[in-house]
Amino acid sequence: MTAGKGGLHTREKVMRLVFLGSSILSLFFLALICIFLFSNGVPALFKIGAANLLLGTDWSPVDTPPFFGLLPMILGSVCVTVGAVIVGTPIGIFTAVFMVYYCPASLYKLMKPAVELLAGIPSIVYGFFGLVLLAPIVRTIFGGSGLSMFTASIILGIMILPTIVAVSEAAIRAVPASCYENAVALGACRERSIFCAVLPAAAGGVTAAVVLGIGRAVGETMAVVMVAGNQARMPAGVFQGLRTMTANIVLEMGYAADLHRDALFVTAALLLIFILIINAILFYISSINRLQHS
Amino acid sequence: MNIYKLIHFGVWAAAFLSAAALFIIIFYILINGAPHLTPDLFSWRYTSENVSMTPAIINTAVMTFLTLLVSVPLGLFTAIYLVEYSKQSRFLTFIRLAVQTLAGIPSIVYGLFGLIFFVTFLSWGFSILSGALTLAIMVLPVIIRTGEEALIAVPSSYREGSFALGATRLRTVFRVVIPAAAPGIMAGIILAIGRIVGETAALIYTAGTVAKTLTSLASSGRTLAVHMYVLSSEGFNTDQAAAAAVVLLALVAGMNALSLYIAKKAVSYEQ
Repeated sequence: MTAGKGGLHTREKVMRLVFLGSSILSLFFLALICIFLFSNGVPALFKIGAANLLLGTDWSPVDTPPFFGLLPMILGSVCVTVGAVIVGTPIGIFTAVFMVYYCPASLYKLMKPAVELLAGIPSIVYGFFGLVLLAPIVRTIFGGSGLSMFTASIILGIMILPTIVAVSEAAIRAVPASCYENAVALGACRERSIFCAVLPAAAGGVTAAVVLGIGRAVGETMAVVMVAGNQARMPAGVFQGLRTMTANIVLEMGYAADLHRDALFVTAALLLIFILIINAILFYISSINRLQHS
Repeated sequence: MNIYKLIHFGVWAAAFLSAAALFIIIFYILINGAPHLTPDLFSWRYTSENVSMTPAIINTAVMTFLTLLVSVPLGLFTAIYLVEYSKQSRFLTFIRLAVQTLAGIPSIVYGLFGLIFFVTFLSWGFSILSGALTLAIMVLPVIIRTGEEALIAVPSSYREGSFALGATRLRTVFRVVIPAAAPGIMAGIILAIGRIVGETAALIYTAGTVAKTLTSLASSGRTLAVHMYVLSSEGFNTDQAAAAAVVLLALVAGMNALSLYIAKKAVSYEQ
């Protein structure tokens, strides 16, 4: 107080501005990322043509004349993402149910950190694991090179598992206990109470979990590069190799020049647009949830 | 009744599969990598005959420190503003949405942004600095979110008590709220360290893949995760890549355990 009220007030005001400035920086970074990626992608969009770029099935950037069709990679991303969701969603949601309703407290103390560790393992380690263990197994059982959509889907499915488990678990826990108790009181068995009363009530959160998992799967790079085979052609089958948008960037950015480079920036811009859409969906789901709860 | 028995079985099976996935990955990496962790792999210099990981480990440490130096104050200040200063408003929703979006952007997109902005536009070239700043933006949402949660968890009676004693808002934040929230904030920072250590895609085209120990912040250098990627994609040193994987796993598992331990302390502290 003796320092003088003026000095005290200035310090308060300055720090308040510092805090405000820091929070605005997040917005600023997001804008910066969007501006720089989109502005680098737009020229290629005009030079190559949006239709050629997005619907072209031939990606041969170093041929003369070059072809910059991104459709194989777009479909590649869609394929492995669908695969990952097929693998990860049922296991993830069931594991979340297990964590809330089945898991003994002593086991929970191990399961929770295990799922967190699964989230923390670097994607490069997942990729390495897929390359040296899973791919040879797939090769012996199903033939082919083993580096395929199937292998990539399994690895990605494991990778999105912790996201789906954690978010679904939180959603299931947020359902009032009375929901479960009422179902049991009406004579439903435990499984029926959970799957017919609690899960529908948690549908919003569980959907958000899956959407979040989709976002992870689409954006995953290093693990996919190592196990998907990376052939730049239209996806040909479950046990054939394919290339995703993320893999396309990592593999070719090192030597790409001019139009080729710009086409890769378009790929990144597409990924960014996809994530923006995913986030819009998540925002929509959470606002519906809030409406229901209030 | 039968279908419910099936579901009952399915729930246990799913939980078993989740746990099994983790243990198989860890055991497989350990079995394949641990025998190759020779003292040579930790010698000071990287040569093409002896692909030592010491330079990469040093680069990782510097990269982590630099990234935290930028992202921790920014993230913490943002969390403070969101929790302690702003009132529920459209602006707040806007910032939260931006943070959520930043958290969802794939790391390779961060990498390309870093390439365009730091490496090319600001012409810093492939450098530790470009990589660290790219990562700083990437882990910012982690710090903000965990920081926010930690601050929210501090009972409002702490703040009221401080105000009642005549403390200003700023003093309350720094002397009362942050010390009480410190364990939660630390747990978030450690989580961020785990992400920095494991990151590859965002670094290949920002910090580059040079295998030497950095000499300045402007020099290019690979971190341990990038080192592992280069080794396994070249295909000559798969065993050494597995050894690097063991070190990476140990680092990440250690960080997770530490984060858990600190968060647990936070809970007991509040009680």
